[in-house]
Amino acid sequence: MTKEEADNGRDDMVIDVPGQANAVPDGFNANYLRIYYGKLFPHADMFKWMSYGNDGKHPGCDKSYFGRREFSFTLENDIYIRFQSFNSVTELENSIKEKCPFKIDIGPVYSVDPAKRHAYAQSGNNVFTPVERELVFDIDISDYDDVRYCCTGADVCLECWPLMTIAIKVIDTSLRDDFGFNHILWVYSGRRGVHCWVCDGKARRLTNEQRAAIADYFHVYKGNENSQKKISLPGLVLHPFLARSYTEVLKGFFEAKLLPNQNLLASEERYEKILEMIPDASVASELRRRWQENKRASMSKDDINIVRWEQLKSILQSGKQKMQGLRRCVEEIVFSYTYPRLDMEVSRHMNHLLKAPFCVHPKTGRVCVPIDPNNCDEFDPTTVPTLSQLLEELNRGGLRQDAENEWDRTSLGESVAFFRTSFLQPLLKSCKEEIENSYNAKLQQSKNDLS
Amino acid sequence: MEVVQSQRKSSSNNVIVSILPLYRSAPPLEVRLEDFEFFAIDRLRVLKGLSDGLCRGKKPEEMEKLVLDLWKANMRHPQAVEEVNKDIISHFVLRLVYCRTEELRKWFLSMETTLFRHRFRWGSSEAQRALMSEFKLPYKAVSNAEFESLKDKLGQVARSMGQTLAAADAIFYKVPFEEVPDLVAGRRVFIHKGHAYVAINQVVSLVVTQFRSYLSKALILTNRKWTSTIREQEKDRLTPIVEALCTSYLGPDYSQQQEFGEISIKDIDQVAKTSFPLCMRHLFEKVKEDHHLKHGGRMQLGLFLKGVGLKLDDALAFWKAEFAPKVSAERFDKEYAYNIRHNYGREGKRTDYTPYSCQKIISVTPGIGDHHGCPYRHFSEENLRAALVRMGVSSRAVEDVMDKVHNRHYQLACTLTFEAVHGSSCDAGINHPNQYFIDSQRVLQSKNGSVA
Repeated sequence: MTKEEADNGRDDMVIDVPGQANAVPDGFNANYLRIYYGKLFPHADMFKWMSYGNDGKHPGCDKSYFGRREFSFTLENDIYIRFQSFNSVTELENSIKEKCPFKIDIGPVYSVDPAKRHAYAQSGNNVFTPVERELVFDIDISDYDDVRYCCTGADVCLECWPLMTIAIKVIDTSLRDDFGFNHILWVYSGRRGVHCWVCDGKARRLTNEQRAAIADYFHVYKGNENSQKKISLPGLVLHPFLARSYTEVLKGFFEAKLLPNQNLLASEERYEKILEMIPDASVASELRRRWQENKRASMSKDDINIVRWEQLKSILQSGKQKMQGLRRCVEEIVFSYTYPRLDMEVSRHMNHLLKAPFCVHPKTGRVCVPIDPNNCDEFDPTTVPTLSQLLEELNRGGLRQDAENEWDRTSLGESVAFFRTSFLQPLLKSCKEEIENSYNAKLQQSKNDLS
Repeated sequence: MEVVQSQRKSSSNNVIVSILPLYRSAPPLEVRLEDFEFFAIDRLRVLKGLSDGLCRGKKPEEMEKLVLDLWKANMRHPQAVEEVNKDIISHFVLRLVYCRTEELRKWFLSMETTLFRHRFRWGSSEAQRALMSEFKLPYKAVSNAEFESLKDKLGQVARSMGQTLAAADAIFYKVPFEEVPDLVAGRRVFIHKGHAYVAINQVVSLVVTQFRSYLSKALILTNRKWTSTIREQEKDRLTPIVEALCTSYLGPDYSQQQEFGEISIKDIDQVAKTSFPLCMRHLFEKVKEDHHLKHGGRMQLGLFLKGVGLKLDDALAFWKAEFAPKVSAERFDKEYAYNIRHNYGREGKRTDYTPYSCQKIISVTPGIGDHHGCPYRHFSEENLRAALVRMGVSSRAVEDVMDKVHNRHYQLACTLTFEAVHGSSCDAGINHPNQYFIDSQRVLQSKNGSVA
């Protein structure tokens, strides 16, 4: 791709330099984005999703629904525009292609078209207000910095990514089994975390108070660097949700992956952090003594972390321990290192904006692709397609006349296909049923009223 | 409800004689003008006492007793009918008083709901069941078969709360989880496929949620009526009473600077050391150390500084300078300046936000990376002791403070800290960080003859 062509923003790319025919240098810029939005971003699918079946084909459809949804764009120079709304897929697509936003956020569905909000603000009756919004969750791996040693801040690697896998498994299972939700989309945030969109009608209509209740149900890790005990599991037994999470997910991941990979007990600095969590000083001292003696010796070929963990468990869980605080200590340690840490504020309010799936992350160039919760063990954030990679793949395919489904010739194809079959289609089917049932119920009601 | 001037005693045929009124509609009673005011004041004593108790972190059993005592002292009447009348009348008068702003409504809603919850609990089980049906809670009792299949899980939930599942408790209600947000939030129920399984003794939560929701809507409607007709119609009679009732009980307004005029940016470091309460000291130290604060901290400290007398321009300069190592001037103007101006009422709705009271600060829970909230509540013992020592509190006094903290009397702990640091007593007790500041400056001024 020559510089001129890039500057002209033409959709088709001419192969110019032999040998380096398809190479697209790594990066994130408006020119790449323009092509991405032109050929790869699944506008129609996003539109269908956001319409929730209100496509006008059934008399029960609400034609104003899509137009009342807020989108916000972050443009190239950090210019941020809120309260964008569109009345059709064409409007949405054209606006994205024209403005080429570096980030697209999705907000709630309001009572009226956001573009007309000022007209309604005058009456002072709060008539402009969110009426529907997906239940969303945001999990960011930098919130786990105190329990991962391989990376900090914005970095992520395969040693610490399992923390996200754990979060997906725990939350997804609970959303389905406990809360009865079915239409759940998990998305890679592009750099260091995951987002969750719960799209059932019941979820979209939850009030702020109900959202807060669900977030609190999931809230176990409390505190920050100023407080000491961040996980407290009182009571004789764990609530079934916590117990299930522990036995099905947390324990396994902690013992098989995090303990050895993060070397949680291998050095004094690291094991002290765990010893601090044991409320009985004599038990802690006993372990400390054993481990200090054992520094060089390794009688078995087993991983030192696992050996020490077994010692710790054996002392704490032995029948001799009567002290109240010790009962749950092993679980508390495991929870501290593994249990999901949600950003509570994101989930609590209907008007919180969240990044749209299939955006490209400006700092990494990676696409925010869906993650299959049933296969999340396999997900690898380091191999998620990047913007430049996708453009290169397009290049390789050469020129095509039909502009449909270009993603199929790229690594993005898999993600779009998954989005459609596992999420969008079942969702739309369910929405249609809901619209029909609701319509029929209203008809019946008016018949009853008349007779 | 009709308010009359005459000395005639009120009477009516249609008074609802249930022990716990639901305040669904203003009853057809006649009320004497004096009673209009006095009944409301008595009820306000109950609500204010409740509020105080919550602030001081009283445990549930203590609150139970407190509510009972307050009710007996202020609202009891030998004749049941008179007691019910006073109950209903006082509630409706206070609705007028507390419907007028968002903050007032929030407080009133919170206190009336708490009061209702306690009164519901101390009613008999027949009374409770009667009230449930009044609320039209069509929740299904769980069948025996279903109960058997879920018994283990239900038992687990009970034991996780330190209770047991006795045979007598084997009555459970199956309700959609959205109807019982409190129980869900505290993980006090078993949930499965969207249904929560609520024990009979948790029914209180169901009922209270309904009560709260109804009252919340009623307050909005009352506000509309007040603004559109009542306030004007009653401007010579009830309106002055209503407006006076509110301000006389909410304490001083710390959004206006009172005696000390302005504080300028160069004074801040000094007064921070001498006159800031621990919560603000901590935030102040953190912003200097990290050159950043998250939103909660910026709000709490920023509004406090406004109350202390920091003018908008100085505030902008202060935050900009502190953030400078991490945030460029352009980025600061773009991302932070707007919110600061917003706090001073220069943007958006132009609400002039008031600095947070202790009650509000204690009620928040700081998350990861946060430094706001009340340190007496959230700091680990070790960190709190160290912080107190740094403030200059003697080791004897530290023990007294920690004792209050262990008993969850956070404001008393702060009061003791104040007394230890300033060497003088604080009889009123600390209820507001700006009050701490003003009292501190007063003490120092009387000692030095000048503002420190």
